[in-house]
Amino acid sequence: MLQPRTLQINGEARTVTAPDDMPLLWVLRDILGLTGTKFGCGIAQCGACTVHVGGAAVRSCLLPVGAVGARPVTTIERVGETEAGARVQDAWLELEVVQCGYCQSGQIMSATALLNRIPKPDDADIDAAMAGNICRCGTYIRIRDAIKRAAARA
Amino acid sequence: MSRLRRASLIGLAVVVMAAGVAAWLVLPTRSMAFAGGSAVSLASYRGPDPTGVPAELRGADLVTRGRYLATAADCAVCHTAPGGATFAGGLPFKTPFGTLYSPNITPDRETGIGAWSESDFLRAVHEGVAKDGSRLYPAFPYEAYSLMADADVLAIRAYLFSLAPVRNTPPANQLMFPFNQRPLMAIWGALYNPDQRFRPHADRSPAWNRGAYLVEAMAHCGDCHTARNLAQAPDNRKKFGGAVIQGWRAYNITQDRTSGVGAWTDAELAAYLREGHVLGRGAAAGPMAEAINASLSKLAPSDTLAMVAYLRTIPAIGSGDLPAPRTDLASDLPKEMAAGDDRRGREVFAGACASCHGWSGKSPLFPHANLTGVRAVNDPSAINVAQVVINGARLGRAGGDVVMPAFGQTYSNAEIAAVANYVTARFGSTRSEITARDVARLR
Amino acid sequence: MTRDVLSPGVSRRVLLGAGVGGVLLVGLHLPTGGRSAAAQPGTPFNAFIRIDREGAVTLVMPQVEMGQGVYTSISMILAEELDADFARVRVEHAPPDEAHYTNPMLGVQATGNSNSIRGWWMPLRKAGAGTRAVLVQAAAQRWGVAPGACRTEAGQVIHPASDRRLGYGDLVGRAAALKVPSDPPLKTPGEFRLVGKPLKRLDTPEKVNGKTVYGIDVRPPGCRYATLMASPVKGGTVASVDDAEARLVPGVQQVVVLDDLVAVVGEHMWAAKRGLEALKITWNDGPNGQVDSAQVWAQIRKASAQEGVVARQRGDADKALAGGQVVTAEFEMPFLAHAAMEPMNCTALVTPGGCELWLGAQAITRVQSHVAQALGLPPAKVKINQHLLGGGFGRRLEADMAVKSARIAQKVDGPVKVVWTREEDIRQDIVRPVYHDRIWAKLSGDRIVAWKYRITGSAVIARWLPPGYQKGVDPDAVDSAVDIPYDVPDLRVEYVRDEPPGVSTGFWRGVGPNNNVFAIESFIDELAKKAGKDPVAFRRANLGKSPRLRAVLDLAAEQAGWGSPLPPRCGRGVATQVSFGSFIATVVEVEVDEDGDIHLKRANIAVDTGIAVNPDTIIAQLQGGLIFGLTAALYGEITLDKGRIQQSNFHDYRMLRIDQTPPIAVHLVKSGEPAGGIGEAGTTAAFASLRNAIYAATGKPLRRIPFNRELLAKGAGA
Ligand code: FES
Ligand code: FES
Repeated sequence: MLQPRTLQINGEARTVTAPDDMPLLWVLRDILGLTGTKFGCGIAQCGACTVHVGGAAVRSCLLPVGAVGARPVTTIERVGETEAGARVQDAWLELEVVQCGYCQSGQIMSATALLNRIPKPDDADIDAAMAGNICRCGTYIRIRDAIKRAAARA
Repeated sequence: MSRLRRASLIGLAVVVMAAGVAAWLVLPTRSMAFAGGSAVSLASYRGPDPTGVPAELRGADLVTRGRYLATAADCAVCHTAPGGATFAGGLPFKTPFGTLYSPNITPDRETGIGAWSESDFLRAVHEGVAKDGSRLYPAFPYEAYSLMADADVLAIRAYLFSLAPVRNTPPANQLMFPFNQRPLMAIWGALYNPDQRFRPHADRSPAWNRGAYLVEAMAHCGDCHTARNLAQAPDNRKKFGGAVIQGWRAYNITQDRTSGVGAWTDAELAAYLREGHVLGRGAAAGPMAEAINASLSKLAPSDTLAMVAYLRTIPAIGSGDLPAPRTDLASDLPKEMAAGDDRRGREVFAGACASCHGWSGKSPLFPHANLTGVRAVNDPSAINVAQVVINGARLGRAGGDVVMPAFGQTYSNAEIAAVANYVTARFGSTRSEITARDVARLR
Repeated sequence: MTRDVLSPGVSRRVLLGAGVGGVLLVGLHLPTGGRSAAAQPGTPFNAFIRIDREGAVTLVMPQVEMGQGVYTSISMILAEELDADFARVRVEHAPPDEAHYTNPMLGVQATGNSNSIRGWWMPLRKAGAGTRAVLVQAAAQRWGVAPGACRTEAGQVIHPASDRRLGYGDLVGRAAALKVPSDPPLKTPGEFRLVGKPLKRLDTPEKVNGKTVYGIDVRPPGCRYATLMASPVKGGTVASVDDAEARLVPGVQQVVVLDDLVAVVGEHMWAAKRGLEALKITWNDGPNGQVDSAQVWAQIRKASAQEGVVARQRGDADKALAGGQVVTAEFEMPFLAHAAMEPMNCTALVTPGGCELWLGAQAITRVQSHVAQALGLPPAKVKINQHLLGGGFGRRLEADMAVKSARIAQKVDGPVKVVWTREEDIRQDIVRPVYHDRIWAKLSGDRIVAWKYRITGSAVIARWLPPGYQKGVDPDAVDSAVDIPYDVPDLRVEYVRDEPPGVSTGFWRGVGPNNNVFAIESFIDELAKKAGKDPVAFRRANLGKSPRLRAVLDLAAEQAGWGSPLPPRCGRGVATQVSFGSFIATVVEVEVDEDGDIHLKRANIAVDTGIAVNPDTIIAQLQGGLIFGLTAALYGEITLDKGRIQQSNFHDYRMLRIDQTPPIAVHLVKSGEPAGGIGEAGTTAAFASLRNAIYAATGKPLRRIPFNRELLAKGAGA
């Protein structure tokens, strides 16, 4: 029988019963109902499923829940409560980045992790941090601008 | 795996016919010659029988034992076409001389081996001669299988005959002259197939002898890991020193500490054989992953340990071009890089690789994707790095396969070369210099 | 079930955004669809506008939001003529209702072909103005003044002479009794207060905090999760399924086997996915089991050797082409997948008497009728909850995902969310068709004097909207070819219908014009070279009758620094188009390195789209559309082997990424002409502009998408 495990999600302890190998993505979406984190590819190629684990941007579609341990997990639903997350979301709205929006949870999580790591990223930093996030609607130009706008507000 | 490499053995036919080639270049060397002259016949050996199945299966029925042995001999990989029925044949072997197709070995009487008697089957496995007397191409590793005990061959036959017959006629071989002349293969067989059953070494441990039987007669490791002589037969003077086979590099598995597996612990070697992965050493891909998935991962723990015991005694041979793997992590800041950065390599890595492998070489997702310490990443030829990028990799695992996607279809040769060079520079001990042209040849 | 649980995103949120004249409060209210507008709170004045007694205005969206900003632009049009307080506008999805929500240009209730603004501009203005008229009339009656003495502003009727004002909410009761005029007076463009302003979008606030509920996010109580594998070959069936191992996967609840597909139902997607992987399925491939790409191409090339049905004729092109030097070329476009970021999905609940669905669809009535037919129900018994779309691009014009999900749900107790893996999404795509084009032309000096163009390809319209397929010509396949902007005296455009084996073909962002603008504009560059002219100058010389196109051509060339020197192996390419009612010129600049890899440097797009409802959205759509097209031009191709689509996910169906994306500047020409379409246009612009840039950089005349990088390596043959 599977043992329940406790995860630190968005500042709350959440207890779930799931096999070790189950990717965090499905735990978030299908067990905890945190559907802001999206499924796009399942093979770490698109970034739609990005969450923060221990502060780093991680593709939850491949991260086994058994590997999360006690590290805190932050998702798009609550990243706006962090200082950098709020700045990023504001810049996203100001520059009207979003189109269909489906990739944007992941884009915002990647961008926020970038700003937490490198407060004033240059283009090469942005490229390296954001190239793993695909946007099928093609919002890349505004994503770049919005990251710079958010960084300038720090 | 063996299937990938073997067809080129037929190149030997040419050599033999030319007859002008220096004999020493093609002289046969026996696979266990390194172990000295204490070998005895199986019948006179006093230790536990090194052939057959492991202790836990000794009491099992013939078919069960046959299934284990067929698994250990890795039959299914070559005799199954992609998407086709298991053992129904049809897997193509592309060679410079044309294309060979593996035969159907299900018990279908017309298209398979259903009409083969026990002696027909023994002759095929030991001598490379089919029921109708035609010579088999050495894509079939009978020079290794000839070490197999008769009882084991017949157990495998019993297992195959217990399966449902599948009616399937694989495509006819398409070989150019003179390679389409099967009788010529007799010459190769006469030279390189000793047609002698396994001989244990009385002065070695039972585990060593069992391991030798598994490694040499069953798993036929030397087919990939031993370089070939001019006649395309394994040159056992360079036993297990590594070779390039069908575009993949089968690494040095001798006891050399720098370029071989001499620095690995027994537990690491065993884990690699069982799971295809050891933290800090790397994960199997390509033909080796096939061997792990279909065969080695299914062996009894005692057999895995026996193989380790045997491998431990393979004399060290250094591969001069392989440095000791770098073991410290790279910076996790993308822009910080020790060796020369390559903008395009970084671009491909950032888009397609970094999410899974991480910028430091330690994967944020799972240990199989770590790049630090991995042999392929510390191979300045970057052959296997490029191959994995092109073809991807898949390792079977109880909780779901571990998969790397194949990027070869839409990434250009130049991009693959750039990312391979980037990876070796960022995570390995020596930056590779593989070119787009090299990558084109690997495809 | 309570509505709140069904769709957590439906509750009204009031959000901040900067707008015209300071800060606007805007709200996006998205109750689930399925209920008729009349059943909703508030007084309906027509199918689009309801106003409640508090003055809250609800606008019903006849078009679906898939990222193109249409909810905002449609709201702007309605609110403009209504003089509503934009801060208090709510929007909701229209239910399936052809009588009220049929797109005037498409003839069906669907969103596509960049027809939203073009089709709805007038009807919605009239709906807004008519409602405003009765509100004014009601206030005038109440005050006993002439309606003409009143004006409106931000949700109020004002009588300036007496300085009295009444909110719309106070007037609803009286206004409801009045007859809404069908032809009310409309504002002049000079009176617009919203239209033409870069307003903030209504749908974005909930898209940046994860609260938007796309179809894939719904979780009805008791919902289970399923994923499926349909026959990998079109028309194939399930031969056998061994589910012994799948049933051992923890969390797997049920294996559903239908004739053409297998699905695994589980506690969550992970169980379903692993269960599916553990199934041993064998298929009867059926007649398409041997189809491969070589066969597809051989068939279409052969078909295109035949004369086609004449789609457009002017003068006598054949006669004009006889004798003398004829320039000719052939062009090809591959199969393409949509790969919308939100994989195909649909949640379905089938009960004895009916069916309820949750999904994002571009053609909601099509979903309703197809599902009704599959389940043997009257359409009215199929209730649809419409959601925002995580990308459409034409893929969600189809109903297959809803039909498959409903058929699976028939076998499942309670609601089941069926989610396509990305692999299944691509392998089961209804692909953009292959095309083969042949062009023959003749020059006299720098003038094109004869032009014959034969398009060969699938007739998507014939399948999707049969009445639109008339006299053997598919209007989509010849779009932007029959109305070529160049002044050619003798012209003939032909169409050959060729349905490729082994796939179903569908609409894809940019639709027919993608192919035609690619072939025509690529060929124009080859003609320019023949004439010894610069590509921009050559176009100008032949665009005498299209001043709007010439103007954007000049603007794009100027902004791109056309003619200024570039380093070796760098080039600029131009393409012009009149597509979807918009006039566009695009200049792309590239570098082709010695290995043949293509690096995008920058792009400039000049556009005259008539009245620009929301200019900010137009810029975003052109940038995004161009990136969509550049992606396909560089990497896009779906291939077949043994009847199976060979691509499966983003590693082999590649997407342009942020670090490969060049700056794209969009230059809007101010215009009072009727609004054109824009969602598709950027995509259409990509193929030829990039191709011509490569042509300029390398001299290699590529004629096939995706561009073969091997041909571009230094030293590679022509
Ligand atoms: S869903 Fe995880 S990267 Fe695409
Ligand atoms: S906004 Fe639609 S995929 Fe990025």
